Amino acid sequence: MTEPPTGTPEDAGRTATKATGTGTGTVTVPMIVAGICLAIPFVAMLWVDSYSRLTPAFIGIPFFYWYQMLWVLISTLLTVVAYTIVRRHERLQRSARAREAGERA
Amino acid sequence: MKDGVNGVALAVFIFFFLVVTVMGFVASKWRRAENADSLDEWGLGGRSFGTWVTWFLLGGDLYTAYTFVAVPAAIYAGGAAGFFAVPYTILCYPLVFTFLPRLWSVSHKHGYVTSSDFVRGRFGSKGLSLALALTGILATMPYIALQLVGIQAVLDVLGVGGGSNWFMKDLPLLIAFGVLAAYTYSSGLRAPALIAFVKDALIYIVIIVAIIYIPIRLGGFDHIFSAAGDAFAVQNPETGKPRGSLVSGPDAQWAYATLALGSAMALFLYPHSVTAVLSSKGRNVIRRNTTILPLYSLMLGLLAMLGFMAIAAGIKVRNGQLAIPQLFENMFPDWFTGVAFAAIGIGALVPAAIMSIAAANLFTRNIYKDFIKPDASPEHEAKVSKLASLLVKVGALVFVLTMDKTVAINFQLLGGIWILQTVPALVGGLFTRWFHRWALLGGWVAGMAYGTWRAYDTPSATQDHFGNTNLIPLIGEKGYIGLTAFALNVIVVIVLTFALKALRAPDGVDETSAADYTADAGDPGVRQELPPATAGAPGGH
Repeated sequence: MTEPPTGTPEDAGRTATKATGTGTGTVTVPMIVAGICLAIPFVAMLWVDSYSRLTPAFIGIPFFYWYQMLWVLISTLLTVVAYTIVRRHERLQRSARAREAGERA
Repeated sequence: MKDGVNGVALAVFIFFFLVVTVMGFVASKWRRAENADSLDEWGLGGRSFGTWVTWFLLGGDLYTAYTFVAVPAAIYAGGAAGFFAVPYTILCYPLVFTFLPRLWSVSHKHGYVTSSDFVRGRFGSKGLSLALALTGILATMPYIALQLVGIQAVLDVLGVGGGSNWFMKDLPLLIAFGVLAAYTYSSGLRAPALIAFVKDALIYIVIIVAIIYIPIRLGGFDHIFSAAGDAFAVQNPETGKPRGSLVSGPDAQWAYATLALGSAMALFLYPHSVTAVLSSKGRNVIRRNTTILPLYSLMLGLLAMLGFMAIAAGIKVRNGQLAIPQLFENMFPDWFTGVAFAAIGIGALVPAAIMSIAAANLFTRNIYKDFIKPDASPEHEAKVSKLASLLVKVGALVFVLTMDKTVAINFQLLGGIWILQTVPALVGGLFTRWFHRWALLGGWVAGMAYGTWRAYDTPSATQDHFGNTNLIPLIGEKGYIGLTAFALNVIVVIVLTFALKALRAPDGVDETSAADYTADAGDPGVRQELPPATAGAPGGH
């Protein structure tokens, strides 16, 4: 077997590399946090029963409406957090790759 | 309703229309490259747009005139159910954040102009790429038609275009259309990008004014919602059910959630979204945009409130699409009505231009070049694409003029279901090469057939066919047909992939590598700007 130990049986014998190869998909704690930030809006918005009511109203707007509009802002903030984390992660990897290339050359 | 032509409003409307017409033609000189005769230049604006231009372009592209008319119209008709547009536009951004930077990178690296280009490169299958290109074109055409419907609604309320013979009746629309076609032809994607600035400025002004001024005139939101609640409680004599409700009832929640999720998944796979994304100059331009685009979602939520205001203001229209234009005309002074209508009208021109460019790019790259003339030069490609964009628009115009409006709306609904069936190949392909190309094709066929059949079979609120929610098999709740079809699609893809791999069916050549999906402009081996020569030759010559 010339396959690396991480290869699953389906991977064996195929030339196509998995998209998560070459270290770009390294899972770190901050990246998990970024993933959670992106997942939270799905839980909040798809759980319709949690916000399907009229009260408390805000300046006369029923809860159902202002709550969902509030989530536009909350999900945006969560995306900003995820963006900051991912950008930092990509920078670190980029500089790591550049160092590697430098050592080889 | 006032009779006759609203002169002041019409004058303001024409003024703004002239301004954007001039801008549309001037746009061809904006950030012009040395070699302008390639699809990269005409169809993607030279892939040069930064964060703010991309923001305006995507905003102008996704939040269309039709959206602005249809979302409040849905609220006006039935209340809470129409508000799913807000969670829908909330959920699409985390999704975009996750997959579109990968599409941008691999497209930049290999010079892909359309999403079908990527699928062909990834799976080595022209057939699969053709299937997706046809899906994209089919879904886009009625969308363009709806933009023209949006302009028509405004012209109706303005009192023009109501002449007795068909020619005078449609003349204003024909003029608007001719102008749109001319500057798209000459300036390409640069025209809508530049006009989007005007469109968005107008729209923001109109909405902010409307959301403050109209409630004051109507006695506050308290009064608006109590009037709306009363109106929704009235039973429809035909069905015996109330007209609507202010919150999403227990039996409507699955529909609400699945419509939001399914629509969110589909939004950025529309060809016009992909075109706008690929025209940006860097990987992080897209990510940054997911943090500023929600401003439009907030606006959409406020806009939806106009539907309630139309009820409270006692607007009675047979065609719900006219509710908001009519509300504006009743509430605003004439000159501001003109501004509001200009916002809707221009709001239709921007996406119509981008959509026709996107459909034309698909035709040129994935039908013309792949199947008719493989050795087409970049100049030739740009020429074909320009002509195709004209054809697409004429097709949409014929659609609007010869068929009932509901046909365009029905097809747009089907378009959403169809686009969702491209998710496994496109989004799946961005993350894994495990799926077999023929399995993806099989899943696509299954999803398209099931979705179309179910939608046809489902009565909607106003007609016997083309509803968008029906019982989900196994779960037994009413949900979005597109999402059910998508689930079927995925199951078929997985089963067939196992089968085809067991049979050792040829897997196709993957011309991309793992690193391509995270590449950014300026990386070693990645050009800052693509020279037209490579852009015109997919698969690296």
